[in-house]
Amino acid sequence: MSEVIVVTSGKGGVGKTTTSANVGTGLAKLDKKVVLIDTDIGLRNLDVVMGLENRIVYNLVDVVEGNCKAKQAMIKDKRYPNLYLLPSAQTRDKSSVTPDQMKKLTDELREEFDYIILDCPAGIEQGFMNAIAGADRALVVTTPEVSAIRDADRIIGLLEANEKKRSDLIVNRLRMDMVKKGDMMSIEDVVDILAINLIGAVPDDENIVIATNNGEPLVGSNNLAGQAYMNICRRIVGEEVPLLDLSGKSGIFSKISGLFKKN
Amino acid sequence: MGLFDVFRKKSSSNVAKDRLKLLLVSDRSSCSPEIMELIKNDIINVIAKYMEIDCEGLDIQITQTDGSEGERSGIPALVANIPIKEVKHK
Repeated sequence: MSEVIVVTSGKGGVGKTTTSANVGTGLAKLDKKVVLIDTDIGLRNLDVVMGLENRIVYNLVDVVEGNCKAKQAMIKDKRYPNLYLLPSAQTRDKSSVTPDQMKKLTDELREEFDYIILDCPAGIEQGFMNAIAGADRALVVTTPEVSAIRDADRIIGLLEANEKKRSDLIVNRLRMDMVKKGDMMSIEDVVDILAINLIGAVPDDENIVIATNNGEPLVGSNNLAGQAYMNICRRIVGEEVPLLDLSGKSGIFSKISGLFKKN
Repeated sequence: MGLFDVFRKKSSSNVAKDRLKLLLVSDRSSCSPEIMELIKNDIINVIAKYMEIDCEGLDIQITQTDGSEGERSGIPALVANIPIKEVKHK
């Protein structure tokens, strides 16, 4: 049974595209057949984070307008045989696609893929509406900041209003050293405020910057962020995985894992 | 918050949390500034029938109960501060 998952946040710059790239790649590593769709028309980025920018021929708008078949536009990732990317159009705008067209496309792709991951643009306008139209569930990405959490709350409300059955939270860019000093909201604080299920927390890790520089998602690699993303993927496919110790020390670990069990 | 925070001023994460909670109460109640203005005008019209009030000094906002006076904390509340100039005599 295939699932369509939208990665969204409201606020820009919190890590939607990085999350999409890593979740898509991680699911492919778990032997699932995955297509990543960049729905940010006009501000295409998922292709560069994936390192596939030089292989684009057709894009999402071409597919929707019938200039080509979906198969022709999808770029096969040579590193993972199960992973495909449908890039966005760079020279068009959000109104080039309608929610109905997106729903039709994702429903078509369900027949061939286990997971269809939609990278949603920032904002709550048409780009957002396009991205969520065909989605079964959402991954809401936020950082432990007032502005990002406020926007995430708005997004959660809109997802509910649009009858998305399931929204899970990813708390991104956590700095445990700052949390410990009381200068950053903790995972617990954020979950408490937003009141949705936590599916994972990702530390602020310089390896992410390096991975993006290289165009290679770091999911599954031997660092905290790589492990955190892999755990998120395993939870998406239904495994029960305890929350990762982001501090490297045992005291906080038990506290965080206890929090996760409650959900 | 740890033990040592007793000796410090409120941590910035707690400041953030408190600000957010308040912000989300008004966001979630979808009371835009325009609607608040309409509510304010209606309140003025009702109260002006019975007493003379200071319209300039009138302030209404959506906030949360703080848990004092035995009530549960965190319940959204519309708080109006209406200075009275003079009670009208019939």
